[in-house]
Amino acid sequence: MKRSQRFSLAFVLLAAIAFLNCNESLWAQTQTWQQIPVPKLPAFHPKQPKRIELPNGMVIFLQEDHELPTIDGTARIRGGARSVPANKSGLTDIYGEVWRTGGTKTQTGDQLDDYLEQRAAKVETGGGGDSTTASWSCLKEDFDDVFRVFLDVLKNPEFRADKIDIAQKGMYDGISRRNDDPGQIAGREAAKLVYGANNPYARVDEYATVAAVTRQDLIDWHGRYVHPNNIILGVVGDFDSAKMEARLRETFGSWPKGPAAKDPDIKPEPAKPGYYQVEKTDVNQSNIQMVSVGITRKNPDYFALSVFNEAFGGGFSSRLFGDIRTTKGLAYGVGGGVGSGWDHPGMLRIMMSTKSQSTIESIQALDEEIADLAKRPIDDKEIKLAKDSILNSFVFRFDSPAKVLQEKMAYEFYGYPSDFLENFQREIEKVTKEDVARVAAKYVHRDQMAVLVVGNVAEFDKPVSTLGPVNKLDITIPAPPKGLLPEQGDHP
Amino acid sequence: MKSRIFSLQIVTACLVVSSLALAQDLGSFEKRTTVKKLANGLTIVICERPQAPVFSFFTHVDAGSVQDPMGKTGLAHMFEHMAFKGTDTIGTRDYAGEKVALAKIEDAYAAYIAERDKPVDRDEAKLKQLELNWKDAIAAADKFSAPYSNEFGKIVEGEGGEGMNAFTDLDETGYHYSFPINRLELWAYLESERFLHPVMRQFYKERNVVIEERRMRTDSNPVGRLLEQFTEEAFAAHPYHRPTIGWISDLNSFSATDAQTFFDKYYVPSNMVVTVVGDFKASEAMPVIEKYFARIPARPKPDTATTNEPPQNAERTVVLREQSQPLYLEGYHRPDYRSPDDQVYDAIADLMSSGRTSRLYRALVRDKQIAADSAGFTGLPGSKYPHLFAFYAFPIPGHKPQEMADAIHAEIDRLKKEDISDDELKMIKTRAKANLIRSLGSNEGLAFALGLNQARYDDWRELFRSVERIDKVSKADIRRVANKTFTPDNRTVGIIEFAGGPPPGNGAAPQGGGQ
Repeated sequence: MKRSQRFSLAFVLLAAIAFLNCNESLWAQTQTWQQIPVPKLPAFHPKQPKRIELPNGMVIFLQEDHELPTIDGTARIRGGARSVPANKSGLTDIYGEVWRTGGTKTQTGDQLDDYLEQRAAKVETGGGGDSTTASWSCLKEDFDDVFRVFLDVLKNPEFRADKIDIAQKGMYDGISRRNDDPGQIAGREAAKLVYGANNPYARVDEYATVAAVTRQDLIDWHGRYVHPNNIILGVVGDFDSAKMEARLRETFGSWPKGPAAKDPDIKPEPAKPGYYQVEKTDVNQSNIQMVSVGITRKNPDYFALSVFNEAFGGGFSSRLFGDIRTTKGLAYGVGGGVGSGWDHPGMLRIMMSTKSQSTIESIQALDEEIADLAKRPIDDKEIKLAKDSILNSFVFRFDSPAKVLQEKMAYEFYGYPSDFLENFQREIEKVTKEDVARVAAKYVHRDQMAVLVVGNVAEFDKPVSTLGPVNKLDITIPAPPKGLLPEQGDHP
Repeated sequence: MKSRIFSLQIVTACLVVSSLALAQDLGSFEKRTTVKKLANGLTIVICERPQAPVFSFFTHVDAGSVQDPMGKTGLAHMFEHMAFKGTDTIGTRDYAGEKVALAKIEDAYAAYIAERDKPVDRDEAKLKQLELNWKDAIAAADKFSAPYSNEFGKIVEGEGGEGMNAFTDLDETGYHYSFPINRLELWAYLESERFLHPVMRQFYKERNVVIEERRMRTDSNPVGRLLEQFTEEAFAAHPYHRPTIGWISDLNSFSATDAQTFFDKYYVPSNMVVTVVGDFKASEAMPVIEKYFARIPARPKPDTATTNEPPQNAERTVVLREQSQPLYLEGYHRPDYRSPDDQVYDAIADLMSSGRTSRLYRALVRDKQIAADSAGFTGLPGSKYPHLFAFYAFPIPGHKPQEMADAIHAEIDRLKKEDISDDELKMIKTRAKANLIRSLGSNEGLAFALGLNQARYDDWRELFRSVERIDKVSKADIRRVANKTFTPDNRTVGIIEFAGGPPPGNGAAPQGGGQ
């Protein structure tokens, strides 16, 4: 009797729970996502780094972040690969590696490796298109030790010959492998079509240009560019700004100015519009890129183009993704837009990859998307979605002190106002449907694009020549100078 | 939307860590982290990190391509793609009608496949008609979803979602993105709806997208081709021999019904851990999250028994003769992640591979100057089940894979015969501690690390505790494990040999490089 009562009580409870659950799901069925309340995002004023300009012209940003017990810093130095003569292409990559691996006047690179790794710390250097960098990263408790190494590397590099040799061999390896991956081929050849094969923004390193780089070139490069007035140093982490400032002033204040780095004036030399083809017989998918010259971010159309890019070819919500991938099932990767550079024109690029047998069909599908921009302009709904997407995710541009620091360093480097980001938000809000239609008409011209196809030509649905005359690109890697590399099988 | 297939160039994130002086950090996380197991079996982990008004989440589903049914490889990954296709209220204009239309596609597809796969007496005319019927059914169903395709992704992006993506590997499936904090409730609704009312719409078009993904990652990429052949060779019995992306004939066969069946079986709440990290108070966030995720009905936990890989007792080798430059890879069977030696393997990987002090860099790149890069790592092709500890090297021009093998084996012999130095052991332990600290500084990274540890060990604290275990690793442990593991009979070798450029005269560009 008692037992059965307990049972029935339990039964009633269970039934009640079941009923509640049932109610809950009934209620849920009728709910839609639009009914979920979205409160106003709390005001957020990310901490701004402190900017210090030393009398010798060195600019320092200090950004405190006490979440983790680490201190990281990066010095960005003006002058990069675009200032290197063509016959030494690869110089800044070798410099960027050997600056660190080649050690300093008093320590070899290997000794530095041992010293730093005992502290799980890094001091690294690197070469880029418009600048080189020297950086450190360490636990707070090791800052004195690691910063000393950083300074030694910054000021007293030795560029030991054995490490130049290793760096060059690594680059020969990269050259030998550059035709192995079709995506890599497409990216490289597309840049050449936009800027010109010998343009510093597109040219590739060759065995001969890498082999031509000497130790004296690295020493000369360092002497020419590494001066305080060419350096922006950013430090982020668990430190006290006042103390750090005093220390950095003391460290760098007496460093004399040097000649200012000059940026070369480089103009894109785009290839003739038309079809370009690279044959690769060991693939079953074609890489397609339609390209022409883009804009710089200083262009007032940058904001309208940002909205256009989002609506046309950026992410899940875009036309290209919806039409080419979701509706037609032609591609895994598809996207594109009018690219922008900080201080030189970026690339307009519309790209996708598709099975060999739908290559021509896909080019025609992309053609249709471009033609549609005039016939079926980006509409109010698409504009709203694109702007919402940019504005609602805006907080992710500055949701960590390190990101804020990086933004500010970039503005400083390229001479943008320090409120560029805040201004960007205001300008995006102002963009209208008419603005987007105007910039689409102004910048996206199918008849000015070079269309590159990398793929297994014999398996295409139709020859590319059915669309127009085809320029076949020869991507043969020029042979190395005699004696530069061991013959295969000739190793010890 | 990517299948997380190992790429040799990517150094895998090291989850293994050490924590000498980290007691206060674990203490801090104890205060900030809350775990709740709901009545339906779903686990929620939330961690307060009030740095900026945003949050990130990671949904871990304890089912990966190891759970793909026979003849349906790629299905776990395929479902992951379908989880972006909306629900019965998102992505449709009339679900009642769409539901009927989707069912008709399945009937038409089943009829088509039955005829297509007839071993004898296939009727080609009938097959053609059945294929047409199937495609017509697809077109009819599409009318219910157009123009709302990608509605789920559009909502997330329009509301400010950042980094929306997902991955599938052999062990598990994961979904993740970040939102501004004012969308926490909206997220809880969307993410729970996605697993409460998924709809297999536009399945066969998405299947084509996945086949393109296979062409990109595997078929048209020499390293992808090598990895597929290599893992297939290394595992004779265990499903680790499968490619996550799926074999092409399976991709061309499985159905939306199969994907729904997979979902019903494996996407049960007790198989899921949802981790959220960001700018909220746990006391306010938990009820909101619970309210939505509690709606998912409890279902039985699936049977996950798999065949055990028998001991390997003969060396195996695959050689790919390619138009591309050479590569050497070898792997040795080791126990799963719960092995008491797990941290010993991590210590070996660190010693052999981390930075310019690592043994392989110093031997192959710096001293012998035969490789551009060389490393050893664990977790190939997964880690939930017994897997491989692997080594690789990229020979520089003029050097052959066999030289890589010889040089790697010389370093393995050193591990077996000599104790590592005090400095090396200290380096490993210090680096583990620093790596842990650095992994704690982002919402995305934390959500992933806490979620994975909660799923794997039923306790997120393992993120910190594994540190204590690495701190206990001794020189003798390293010798013992190296001797036990790195034996020739336990080895599988994968090689890409350069076999010359494409045949001349077809207009293709030959490969250069002094070969």
